[in-house]
Amino acid sequence: MDSLGFPWYYPTLMSMLIFAGAMEFVTIQLLFAPFNPLHALLLTLIVNARHLFYAITMLDKFKDCGLKKLYLIFGMCDETFAINCSAMLPPEVDRGRFMTCVTALNHCYWVAGATVGAVAGSFISFNSEGIEFMMTALFTVIVLEQWDSTTEHRPALLGMLIGSSCLLVLGPKMFVVASLGGIVLTKLLLRPLFEHDASVHQHLAMTSKE
Amino acid sequence: MDMTVTESFITIAIVAGATLLTRLLPFLLFPHAEKAPGVIRYLGRVLPTAITALLVVYCLKDAVFSNLHALPQLCAIAVIVLLHRLTHSMMCAMLGGTGFYMFLVQYVLNT
Repeated sequence: MDSLGFPWYYPTLMSMLIFAGAMEFVTIQLLFAPFNPLHALLLTLIVNARHLFYAITMLDKFKDCGLKKLYLIFGMCDETFAINCSAMLPPEVDRGRFMTCVTALNHCYWVAGATVGAVAGSFISFNSEGIEFMMTALFTVIVLEQWDSTTEHRPALLGMLIGSSCLLVLGPKMFVVASLGGIVLTKLLLRPLFEHDASVHQHLAMTSKE
Repeated sequence: MDMTVTESFITIAIVAGATLLTRLLPFLLFPHAEKAPGVIRYLGRVLPTAITALLVVYCLKDAVFSNLHALPQLCAIAVIVLLHRLTHSMMCAMLGGTGFYMFLVQYVLNT
């Protein structure tokens, strides 16, 4: 950032207030362009439209969290969402508290990382090329953990299949919105099938317990 | 930077506000989760695994169209799957996979 001519505290400010990885990089481009608030607003809504689906997923999980809910919603970035929606907690752990800690730790690491990077970026000599793969690795292990936690693998497979086909056909710019739309549409169409199978699974689980 | 400091602060505030809106909107529309329409609750149940799978594809979106067509990333993902199957440790799989990827891009492909 320093090399681009920004004051050192801009990355800190942006990571603290926006807390959405891809959008912070887009914001840098916005700051270089002529001032256009409406464009900034629309672009943000498009880039971050996926959060709508995260929120729908978390409606139920956040419902008993009181005031913590506000912070949980503010801090629902990709990584926080992936961890909070998949974490399997023992019954004695307070879910709201656990999710707030996950969010706060992610937020702290993010702000600290952005600040250290901005201040010390030019002094770092260790070759960190490839370290960005950690994010892919995180999402991959979460998929694996989710895979192990259920016998119903079709939703995950659908996500992968629709995502990859949209990426190959539409290219990197358009594919997120298209895949999300495709996934939601497919799930809605397959709803009778999924709900039927879920009730069969539940029934089998209950009879095997007896 | 062409903008004045005030303009840049306004831009950052708008981006932050709009980002918050995308996270907040469903909670405003359905303040009581149990009263949300059945179809919304159904989506809340079946979307998470599909979205995490999509996030993995999202991470590869630019690599797929590069010279190597995401080959190093796919190899590293294979290492992650293998480590996770062997050790059942998320940490071990993530660090091992990332280490392997860094080794690949720094030493093997750096010619």
